[in-house]
Amino acid sequence: MSTADISISQDGIPLKQKLAKTTALQRRRALLLTMPLVLFLLVSFVVPIGQMLFNSVHNDKVSAVVPNFADAILQWDGVGLPPEETFEIFVKDMIQAKKVREVGRTVGNLATRVNYEMPGSRSLFTSTARKAKKIKEGPYKEALIKLNKKWGNPQIWLTLQRAARDITPAFYVAALDLKYAEDGSIERADELYQIYLNNFMKTLWLSALITFICILLAYPVAYLLSVLPLRQSNLLMIMVLLPFWTSLLVRTTAWIAILQTEGIINDMLVFLGFISDDGRIQMIYNQTGTIIAMVHILLPFMILPLYSVMKTIPPSYMRAALSMGAKPLYAYRKVYFPQTLPGLAAGTLLVFILAIGYYITPALVGGEDGLLISNLIAYHIQKSLNWSLGAALGTILLVVVLLLYWLYNKLIGIDKLRFG
Amino acid sequence: MNKLINKTLIATAISAAVAASSVQAGEITVVSWGGAYTKSQVEAYHKPWMAQTGNTVVSEDYSGGLAEIKAQVEAGNVTWNLVDVELSDAVRGCDEGILEVIDPSILPAGADGTPAADDFLPGTVHECAVGNIVWSTVFAYDGSKTQGVGGIADFFNLDKFPGKRGLRKGPKPNLEMALMADGVAPADVYEVLSTDAGIDRAFAKLDSIKDSVVWWEAGAQPPQLLADGEVVMTTAYNGRIFNAVAAEGKPFEINWDGQVWDLDLWVIPKGASNMEDTLDFIKFSTGTQALADQASWISYGPVRKSSAPLVSSYHNQPDLDMAPHMPTAPANFANALQNDFEFWADNQDQLNERFNAWLSK
Amino acid sequence: MFKQFKQKQKAYGYLLLAALVITLFTGTVKAAIGFLLVFGVPLYFMNKMPDYATTGERFSRYMFLVISSSILVFLITPVLIIIPLSFNAEPYFTFTEGMLSLDPDAFSTRWYMDIVYNGMAAPQAIEGWWADMWENAQWIRAARNSFFIATVSTVIATVLGTIAALGLSRPEMPYRALITSLLISPMIVPLVITATGMFFFYSQVGLAKTYWGVILAHVTLGVPFVIITVTATLSGFDMSLVRAAQNMGANGWTTFRRVIMPLILPGMISGALFAFITSLDEVVAVLFIADVEQRTIPRQMFSGIREQISPTILSVASILVLMSVILLTVLELLRRRSERLRGMSPG
Repeated sequence: MSTADISISQDGIPLKQKLAKTTALQRRRALLLTMPLVLFLLVSFVVPIGQMLFNSVHNDKVSAVVPNFADAILQWDGVGLPPEETFEIFVKDMIQAKKVREVGRTVGNLATRVNYEMPGSRSLFTSTARKAKKIKEGPYKEALIKLNKKWGNPQIWLTLQRAARDITPAFYVAALDLKYAEDGSIERADELYQIYLNNFMKTLWLSALITFICILLAYPVAYLLSVLPLRQSNLLMIMVLLPFWTSLLVRTTAWIAILQTEGIINDMLVFLGFISDDGRIQMIYNQTGTIIAMVHILLPFMILPLYSVMKTIPPSYMRAALSMGAKPLYAYRKVYFPQTLPGLAAGTLLVFILAIGYYITPALVGGEDGLLISNLIAYHIQKSLNWSLGAALGTILLVVVLLLYWLYNKLIGIDKLRFG
Repeated sequence: MNKLINKTLIATAISAAVAASSVQAGEITVVSWGGAYTKSQVEAYHKPWMAQTGNTVVSEDYSGGLAEIKAQVEAGNVTWNLVDVELSDAVRGCDEGILEVIDPSILPAGADGTPAADDFLPGTVHECAVGNIVWSTVFAYDGSKTQGVGGIADFFNLDKFPGKRGLRKGPKPNLEMALMADGVAPADVYEVLSTDAGIDRAFAKLDSIKDSVVWWEAGAQPPQLLADGEVVMTTAYNGRIFNAVAAEGKPFEINWDGQVWDLDLWVIPKGASNMEDTLDFIKFSTGTQALADQASWISYGPVRKSSAPLVSSYHNQPDLDMAPHMPTAPANFANALQNDFEFWADNQDQLNERFNAWLSK
Repeated sequence: MFKQFKQKQKAYGYLLLAALVITLFTGTVKAAIGFLLVFGVPLYFMNKMPDYATTGERFSRYMFLVISSSILVFLITPVLIIIPLSFNAEPYFTFTEGMLSLDPDAFSTRWYMDIVYNGMAAPQAIEGWWADMWENAQWIRAARNSFFIATVSTVIATVLGTIAALGLSRPEMPYRALITSLLISPMIVPLVITATGMFFFYSQVGLAKTYWGVILAHVTLGVPFVIITVTATLSGFDMSLVRAAQNMGANGWTTFRRVIMPLILPGMISGALFAFITSLDEVVAVLFIADVEQRTIPRQMFSGIREQISPTILSVASILVLMSVILLTVLELLRRRSERLRGMSPG
């Protein structure tokens, strides 16, 4: 192609321009090759996650169920009770909404939405919707309050006003263990209901601990693998790679078999007489189990990058330092260790990133106190059905992970990642 | 390389052909709670209905909740035809529009001629749901190892009965049982629970045994926990304990003090296919005879009055009379509480949150 | 005293002596075997040290070997221990007395039969047994699903990933860093978040609870591995080969098929293997997106572990370990072939 370029460029077009054109063409071609996959991931991955981000701030249940009222309440100044017209619109909207059976547009959806911010208010909406059609004429304010005196509480209307906005920070407020005070300002939630921040902290702490244990365990092994002759190190490498290639669920199952109260370790301890048969130790279905199983699963991710770095360090450096009279520890600290830092950083970040997003192992062996933030996200998506809150928690986790990913890219470069 | 590609293509084609399967007409998927309970439904509902109509019932298990139904409905891909749910879920699901409305006039009159509206116990037929059984959460223990249990207060008494306790992982109905153990009369339980102080009181009671609790999720677990000796006492669905005693000869005993009873109802996820057969199955399975037959497999009470006289003995043990084992038997009903679906519909999000926070501390 | 251990044989001799003493004192041979494993195996890796090495150095080197090999044992034991456990005749997760004394009656293949029987309408029937197994056995259905989903998603991931990697490794590639990190991000973003996003989005477009939904998810999760392995192969790729081919009149497709493809094939295959095993092992996306109809082996294992853990799970796990061994061997052979082709030293 290049030979052809030169020959054509003799037809009067300046060489520079021609070259620029060719380069542009080549750039386009390279870009074009990546496009099918980029487009694929856009649809299968980027858009879904983008939509989740959107879900975390968007909840239109109020405006979808009682649309006219949502417009009206937003005009209200928030003093005392809303005006009579707003009450009238509300009653009419509720009568209308009661007839709707379309998914996502029923009174139940509205009630659930408001109940998130004002616990215990759910039945106020469902029962009012059932009885609202009895209110034939005004004054609507008195009629509604007569139906249920809770409608006379300005708090419910303030909550409704907040919830009537489709774009809301309410779920981040909940995800950070905060709540709206009566005057609409944001304050700490009651300690008894604080769960997410603690869990974020616990997730970060456990991930750090797991990463640290992985460093402690991986360093000697990687070093051993890097200094042994090839024949021996290949043999030992199998012991790292086989677990790495074995299903996560298989390894989790194995740990359950080993650690449970009727399991191998407890049996051995009883057999050796260290503990009595009644005094079996609880090592699984709690934090300990989560830590042990996760260290085992993530350890290869620490060993492999460390090993690939250590293999490139010439042993002559250490020998030189020693022969010049350095004490072994000093030589190690000043000469060897600094050279392993890139591998250490790569392994540390990788293990930490994988650990804070872990779901399966804590779900299976975590019991009650070994659950991580991912498990709470899954709980809200699959069980409690508070999807917006799940999305808000997910977004916070995603931001933390992407920051670490950016750091990884900055320090190491994701294209340097190798397996096996 | 060509060979490799060919092989891959062939493998793909084969697996595609294998994996593709279609739903036949006359087939409905009925989802229930698994174990002995599902077995009783298979024997009393599914098998006779299949024999009578020639249709097929595919039985699936789940562990309660609306999540799966909601996901199916919102995805517009409903694969379940009929689901067995608790009352609070039936009400909430109906409110949220994810369940089909069921016309109560399709329900046949009782075997004795009583119109359906009078034959069903009050509150067992709902806008979107038709009841089938009355069940109850009770506490139970191994009678060969534990004797002299007084009432629900003893469940929380670790000094008198040391050892682990099994509880359902969730606030319902642990809070109610905790309050009853703390001396609250069943009639006052929900009144107390509707105040912050009452909730604190219930959690404080649970706190007193928290370190000894083994949490269970599926109904099949509590009898297993008792059999394995993992716990000394556990809360459980009464039918599961009964079944372990009747079918497997386990020496378990139920203590009915402080029982919390609830209903199970059939609901149809919105947009489910094959409505005709599904409704026919509802009519059949909530008929007088089917409900009475089910009660000979598991000790859950039928919701039709006309079924009660037909309930006889355990299906393969003629001398094991079922009536005294029902939650509604007068001797068992003295200190019973009905689960308040409205309280739970209102407060479950908040109480779940508090329960989870409490659990992780 | 370690100075005397210049010859390994001598050291082994001392270890055996110590083991004998332990046997005499405890009255059982088991503790002695444990002792020999812990302290004998590291000795194998205790290579010749320079003559001037001091006793202290020898001792610390030896202790280092003991510690490192214990860590390696920690890594491999859980994977291997389930294999003998899966032959337990009793429904327990531990070694029974009979198993420890190697009593043949304590071992059985009942849990392996259970894999096949579970869910079958008539496991004892002779007529129609195969059809019954193929259609109804839960684990067989799960295995069929797993292999179907893994095969299709691997093919798609490998094709798309290889094409993209070809683009990424061209020197002219614009926005390389940005696009690379985008393509690899599915590996980094926590699975729960990916699965949640997919659950919302796929539900709306009717992909949730379908085979295609699960396949789409698994392609997404497998692509980063293909990108990483293929770009790694291409990083040592001599671009002049392409120019030479084009010089000789080959068009783009012929160049790819006859020159590029054979050279990057090992990278492609190992990428494909990674994608395959990722799909085969993946459970979070399946939990969120799939229905019972698309239930895979890991999904079946997940509910098995959650609800009622039986040794059947262990036998399934043992089969999966065997598969990993095979995959690992294939991968190792590929690596050697690749290095031979590129003129590197073996190993």
